[in-house]
Amino acid sequence: MTDLTRMTAAETAATIAAGEASATEVAQAHLDRIGAVDEKVHAFLHVDTEGALRAARAVDDRRARGEELGPLAGVPLALKDIFTTEGVPTTVGSKILEGWIPSYDATLTRRLKDAGVVILGKTNMDEFAMGSSTENSAYGPTGNPWDLTRIPGGSGGGSSAALASFQAPLAIGTDTGGSIRQPASVTGTVGVKPTYGGVSRYGMVAFSSSLDQGGPCARTVLDAALLHEAIAGHDPLDSTSIDAPVPPVVEAARNGDVRGMRIGVVKEFAGEGYQAGVMTRFNEAVELLRELGADVVEVSCPSFSYALAAYYLIAPSECSSNLARFDAMRYGMRVGDDGTHSAEEVTALTRAAGFGAEVKRRVMLGTYALSSGYYDAYYGSAQKVRTLITRDFERVFGGVDVLVSPTTPTTAFPIGERADDPMAMYLADLCTIPTNLAGNAAMSLPCGLAPEDGLPVGLQIIAPAMADDRLYRVGAAVEAAFTARWGHPILEEAPTL
Amino acid sequence: MPGITREEVAHLGRLSRLELKDEELDHFAGQLDAIIGAVARVAEVAGEDVPPTSHPLPLTNVMRPDVVRPSLTPRQALSGAPAQEQQRFKVPQILGED
Repeated sequence: MTDLTRMTAAETAATIAAGEASATEVAQAHLDRIGAVDEKVHAFLHVDTEGALRAARAVDDRRARGEELGPLAGVPLALKDIFTTEGVPTTVGSKILEGWIPSYDATLTRRLKDAGVVILGKTNMDEFAMGSSTENSAYGPTGNPWDLTRIPGGSGGGSSAALASFQAPLAIGTDTGGSIRQPASVTGTVGVKPTYGGVSRYGMVAFSSSLDQGGPCARTVLDAALLHEAIAGHDPLDSTSIDAPVPPVVEAARNGDVRGMRIGVVKEFAGEGYQAGVMTRFNEAVELLRELGADVVEVSCPSFSYALAAYYLIAPSECSSNLARFDAMRYGMRVGDDGTHSAEEVTALTRAAGFGAEVKRRVMLGTYALSSGYYDAYYGSAQKVRTLITRDFERVFGGVDVLVSPTTPTTAFPIGERADDPMAMYLADLCTIPTNLAGNAAMSLPCGLAPEDGLPVGLQIIAPAMADDRLYRVGAAVEAAFTARWGHPILEEAPTL
Repeated sequence: MPGITREEVAHLGRLSRLELKDEELDHFAGQLDAIIGAVARVAEVAGEDVPPTSHPLPLTNVMRPDVVRPSLTPRQALSGAPAQEQQRFKVPQILGED
């Protein structure tokens, strides 16, 4: 029998719809795989065996009744532990929410359930999505399935690792500065940050509200598109949700073609700090785009070199405000409530015990950047840089359809290497951050293995806001050409664990 | 730009409602100083003529009809509370004794 865990999401749905395997068998195969390998990988913080089998049985019952099933019915998914799930723990990778059981579903969770997607469990992440390695999780790091001593990216390292170790064919991530794309890049998987406002943030624990965006993670471009379509669209419960039709992402993914497209290579994303093997594979991808019929030109976005600095003022500023809600009064951890401490002291004791070092750093950094006397120089200037970056995008998108770059400057680095060096860690998001600041859409997909270490390299494709379909049109063409060249999907080369 | 001292970290800790330990003050002082030193370069390009952007979308108020609709029950709303009493969140003392 075919290994049900090696199939794509599209194949899995077709297999279930055709009655060749039940949704319950598919769910059980993935739960067995989790049982066999996740002790080593640690992709999941919580496995919802009962809920997954219940959801799978519901799909099987609907099929037995002759009901029409959606394009992802019965397909298992690993959900980042930042989305609320009614009755299932949601920790955001933080001790401060340990044991918290939400009483409502995020809109995204609700849409997955309505689509018949089988949620296997909640995946590990950097605490409050602050990090690029998943080492900031309060529940221990996740291993990269390509080399368990290396990071799987972050903050969504649990989701990317679950995909790359065949524990789930689909996953959900959130991308504030690259937390979907960078994990995809270092694990040889596909990740998309939709246009800001494209996927509802209701029930998604807030880190930096003007940057946070949930999106799809998968092993193929088409699977990502199917998931994108299932979760996207207007939500009245999110006041920043865009009230417009979802771009035709699935149609684009089924019709990969770059002939006649104008593609810009961002000049600023190269040079010092970029690993040689990453640039080798990236340059091959650019050459491939030319061979496939695209018109490739070099473009310059000078303000992008200030994006990282602006991000590390804006994101901490917004998080220092958002995380004020963790005050030990209404939910989550409470420390020091022994009758000798005031409410304010209990709040400070609880936050000290419940937050990890990176969260504390960012909350204090944001508090500093927003304080009177420093506001104009720091937060105010960062907001101006945001304008300049948006202008750079607008200017270059006047001449090209999409931009390309490496997703992240290096392949997966060893666990521990940058753990207590914030500035080194922040460099992992150098190429992904401008898109978050401007609010447009971007994808990462595999473009080979770096010659020097045999680890995956990601190609980033960037599109204008609400032109998410272009990512899939280009991505599908690149994926098809590379898969033909390699003779198999890249994950066939990953260790079986 | 001024260096971040341990006194400043202690002040930021108080503003941020974080009870920091002594060893954390020194550790964070060095790290915050390095980060702030690096991000300060945003000022290099932030000219007077550049308007600030706070959000990628033009934000408008979103209204809904003022009608009763399903919502959390008191039991659900209090389900995560560290302490509760008579359908209320029970909190430590907020005001002084006198």
